[in-house]
Amino acid sequence: MIELLYWQGCPSYPEAKTLLEQVLTELGRDDLVLMTEVRSDEEAERLHFPGSPTIRVDGRDIDAEGADSRPALNCRIYHLPDGRVSPVPSREQMEAALR
Amino acid sequence: MSIEPRTEAPPFELLGVDGADHSLDDYRDAKLLALVQYCNHCPYVLAWEGRLMALARDYADRGVRVVAVNSNDVARYPEDSFERMQERDRELDFPFDYLFDESQALALARGAERTPEVFLFDEERRLRYRGAIDDSRDDRAVTRSYLRDAIEALLAGEEPPVAETESVGCTVKWKS
Repeated sequence: MIELLYWQGCPSYPEAKTLLEQVLTELGRDDLVLMTEVRSDEEAERLHFPGSPTIRVDGRDIDAEGADSRPALNCRIYHLPDGRVSPVPSREQMEAALR
Repeated sequence: MSIEPRTEAPPFELLGVDGADHSLDDYRDAKLLALVQYCNHCPYVLAWEGRLMALARDYADRGVRVVAVNSNDVARYPEDSFERMQERDRELDFPFDYLFDESQALALARGAERTPEVFLFDEERRLRYRGAIDDSRDDRAVTRSYLRDAIEALLAGEEPPVAETESVGCTVKWKS
């Protein structure tokens, strides 16, 4: 199961969803992406949501580095392969998690 | 609601990461003053951070002052605490003042919505540009340098080519 958890207050999740769907197509997969909106601090705690967007494949976060960050309604920090900061996971992270 | 173009800069007196209070009047000698809504924890801020630091350095000798302001609710977002602001400044040696708007009064007065979000004031401290630093968080994809273009225009006595853009970034974390 592929799940994308997001918070409306952060503008990055549509880009993450589009990139995720592109990667799935390129890998020849037709999985559905379950979109889960996180609306409150309580939900963030309950879902162990470390920021938006968070993508889990079979329950495993595609970015282990940030998976255990404090649950909060915020934009999540990712690092691209070249070290730059991004609010969206990299294509490489997605590919690695989905292969 | 954001403030309108040419609105006067709201007065403030805020604690900076240097431990001193900083007021609007402290920057009276600056030809241009860029107040940038800022914080520690937002990936959009971090993505633009290098460019903002470079801009502050590039224009320091031309009378342009950049001032970053963090107004976020630190009870819910402890990553944005004053102590963490000081740590971040020690780590990066910001070429701009970094102020703590604990009451959120300055953010409210400017109608700030996002981090990062620029409010560029002219010599008379009238708002002349509001919005994004440039048109892409990806430094390799930038095609329009809104803030630099506005600064260059104002220093040349001209109108900024664009007076307002949409800021893309994290929301300001208001106290509930």
